[in-house]
Amino acid sequence: MKTKTLVAALMVCVAQLAHGQASELARPDAATESRLKGLAEELRCLVCQNQTIADSSAPLAHDLRNQIREQIAGGRSDSDIRDYMVERYGDFVLYRPPLRPTTVLLWVGPFALLLVGAGVFGYAVRRRRVATQDALSPERRVALEALLEESDGAAAPGSMKKGART
Amino acid sequence: MKWMRFTVPLVLFLLLVGFFVVGLERDPREVPSPFIGKAAPAFTLTQLHDEKLVFGPADMKGKVWMLNVWASWCVSCRVEHPLLVEMARRKVVPIVGLNYKDKREDGVQWLAKFGNPYDLSAFDVEGRVGIDYGVYGVPETFVIDKMGVVRHKQIGPITPESLEKIILPLIQKLNA
Repeated sequence: MKTKTLVAALMVCVAQLAHGQASELARPDAATESRLKGLAEELRCLVCQNQTIADSSAPLAHDLRNQIREQIAGGRSDSDIRDYMVERYGDFVLYRPPLRPTTVLLWVGPFALLLVGAGVFGYAVRRRRVATQDALSPERRVALEALLEESDGAAAPGSMKKGART
Repeated sequence: MKWMRFTVPLVLFLLLVGFFVVGLERDPREVPSPFIGKAAPAFTLTQLHDEKLVFGPADMKGKVWMLNVWASWCVSCRVEHPLLVEMARRKVVPIVGLNYKDKREDGVQWLAKFGNPYDLSAFDVEGRVGIDYGVYGVPETFVIDKMGVVRHKQIGPITPESLEKIILPLIQKLNA
């Protein structure tokens, strides 16, 4: 009994979904739809800000998709349609914002951070290299080698002794 | 050089905190409107209460006015509604409604129930004028000057604070 109601509820849901999409797919036209898809995937839905107009099921996204379809049918170019959206909703609708004085930081910031990171890395590496070179100045190297040779010679007879000394 | 070990991370940390404080204070839903300082887009729509009458922004030339986007299905419209009714009662400024994607009888009923602060409401059943005005979160309110230029856009309900601090002083300035 329970499963029956569940199935019935599911069917109602599916029917409603199909109904919701019917109005959108009333004019299936492959060329228009593929252009629409390309455009809508780069436009932000302002009602649900982290979705594109292509993904969103918000009523406004639906209206805007229809608006884009109409404009495509009216022979307007992709950049015309993008301008139309920017005129109304601002640069924020574009997922790929244009380079402007207000968006310079957005475009240049990551590269600037990368440069700073590379600088810090280079500085650290150089410092470490200088530190290791310091530790092995020519006189100390000679002294160290002498010590090592001496210990090798002394340790030769018994390995126990060597272990103890190092 | 030793002091750098502590001050550099500390300065970076404080900088980060500064960014967070500013970022948290901002409302990401408030997108700067590209309409400010531009002419309010023209349209012609029938009126909510009488489909034989039409309205266009040109009818308001020479007046400072408010265009308030509302709908009977919009819950937060109810929040700001008493403020609009009060503004209308005091005749601060003519308020024109844009009834957005609504049914005519629902809109009329809603106004009968909660009070009608509008000189008239334009009936935008398809939401096309809404798109032309970049509406994405009803209610929205535009303050438009005597030349028909949009001077302010409030996204979301008007609050006593926004009314007092921004809208009323602006209207006063524009009327002066």
